[in-house]
Amino acid sequence: MDITGLHRRAEYEWEIPATGAMRVPAVIYASERLVQAMDAKVFEQAVNVATLPGIVGASYAMPDAHWGYGFPIGGVAAFDPDAGGVVSAGGVGFDISCGVRTLHTGLTRQDVEGVKHALADGLFHHIPAGVGSTGHVHLTPKDMDEMLVGGARWAVEQGFGTLDDLARTEELGQMAGADPEQVSDKAKKRQQDEMGTLGSGNHYLEVQQVAEIFLPEVADAFGLHQGDAVVSIHCGSRGLGHQIGTEFLREMAISAARYGIALPDRELACAPINSPIGQAYLGAMRAGINCALANRQIITHLTREAFARVLPRARLELLYDVSHNTCKVEEHVVEGRPRRLFVHRKGATRAFGPGHPDIPPALRGAGQPVLIGGSMGTASYVLAGADTSEAHSFSSACHGAGRAMSRHAATRQWRGRSVVDELAHRGILIRSRSMRGVAEEAPGAYKDVGEVVDAAERGGLARKVARLEPMACVKG
Amino acid sequence: MASDVRAGADGERGAGGAGPDNARRWEHFQHGADIGVRGFAGTEGGAFEQAAIALTAVLTDPARARAEQAVEIDCEAPDHELLLVDWLNALVYEMATRHMVFARFAVDIRNGALHGTAWGEPLDVARHEPAVEVKGATYTALQVGRRADGLWLAQCVVDV
Repeated sequence: MDITGLHRRAEYEWEIPATGAMRVPAVIYASERLVQAMDAKVFEQAVNVATLPGIVGASYAMPDAHWGYGFPIGGVAAFDPDAGGVVSAGGVGFDISCGVRTLHTGLTRQDVEGVKHALADGLFHHIPAGVGSTGHVHLTPKDMDEMLVGGARWAVEQGFGTLDDLARTEELGQMAGADPEQVSDKAKKRQQDEMGTLGSGNHYLEVQQVAEIFLPEVADAFGLHQGDAVVSIHCGSRGLGHQIGTEFLREMAISAARYGIALPDRELACAPINSPIGQAYLGAMRAGINCALANRQIITHLTREAFARVLPRARLELLYDVSHNTCKVEEHVVEGRPRRLFVHRKGATRAFGPGHPDIPPALRGAGQPVLIGGSMGTASYVLAGADTSEAHSFSSACHGAGRAMSRHAATRQWRGRSVVDELAHRGILIRSRSMRGVAEEAPGAYKDVGEVVDAAERGGLARKVARLEPMACVKG
Repeated sequence: MASDVRAGADGERGAGGAGPDNARRWEHFQHGADIGVRGFAGTEGGAFEQAAIALTAVLTDPARARAEQAVEIDCEAPDHELLLVDWLNALVYEMATRHMVFARFAVDIRNGALHGTAWGEPLDVARHEPAVEVKGATYTALQVGRRADGLWLAQCVVDV
């Protein structure tokens, strides 16, 4: 991509000045190499977001930004309800509250190594993954509504996990303001058999080892030590979230004109926060967040069961659970004044700096854990929100590597079986029902996650704490 | 809404179904992390049918799916493009809730209303080897219209 039109504000910060219909500039955090490699569509989408009513500060793109729907994936934008600000179904996306949670195991890499095959098989058989898989939990309409209000707290009350888990989950496991009445019967029906399932695509459950520590003090506070075995789970709100996204995207695309909103791209579908549709979406979207939190909580419980059979000594305690497709109400200081803003993060992770009151007390001094997922065979990273992240990006950082090639290009280049064999040779076990799915998700199809997290650190969005390397992966 | 479709066809393609019009075909096109579905035919309904086969092909090889049970689908939308998204999203919903894959489609469009039939069978993980589920059809690269050569085109990106 030609970057001559970008103003380099700092080594890792690029600005597209506000022109035409843009209300604010667009700002991209990336190295020169990453920004050059970005699709021109990322800039076009970041510019389009900058035209939406009530946007505050800038339209931001994270170092892993790539061409998305309306918003770039890796896009962050905050809106002020008192300045005509909008909430956008497109700015949250289909997989509402997709996120990552990482669990300690109380074990080392060596403890796991000897039983890795049995553990991978146990996890694969116990945790439903892949297209068409159904969960062990089937909800009545009353259960469904309770789950949509209660989130991970509901799941814990049903026996899936402990109260300690909630303390280590964003929103303490329960998103306030959820309104199950705003979730359609179709969305609920789509979720009926999908509680406690990983899904497919880039979703996974991975057993990992802590391969490198960058910030020993923060790693200590997070309970991470070199050679530890941990588990990371990447998944979201499943069919319920997809259906909520589908329905509100349509409704907002059609109603935008009625609210006097000119959409440069229908996918930017949005409505004023202070409108019936905006409020209905917020109620439904928050229910979707609770669904994702409950889903990851149930999978956590299943993971503990699978571990207990193979490694009874394991103690799976939650490090943290973060979502990277959300819209949340947060207070941020803008030009010296605290303002209540609706912050959209689409493929971007909240990254509160040290001392923020929403960080669990035990971690507060270190900054919020920011969990960056990899792909099979590639590293994942644990970062911590930085002091500078609020001023840079409303306390946001990247969420993953992002794809470097299409699914079809990947299937042309790799066969699923040879990907599995090659990774096994490197000591990484893959368990999946779909070899085509494995080929589509081959590690080489993704960008270098290391470069992305380096840019996030140097851009002042978050600090690198630890690198995790995969040992076994259950692919969705 | 005509979107900028820069990337060409990428990977899978096929000619779906027998019929008088042998220009009927479908293909996928590239969109970063996801996949675009595209259908061509002599009629708008035919192009929607072909786009639906392309949707099945995201999940599995359409030749592996059998047309055993019929599911009826009706949708209405303010314009042709939204109607395509509604049609594909209705199929996504039926696939997800009935745990089915669809092999064959018939679409009739009159006055902005669509009546469609999808024939398929229960998903069989061993035989269909499904790769990835579709979360929803999007408005990205969304286009429905008649091209200069008279063929109807129906396309959009689907989120997986």
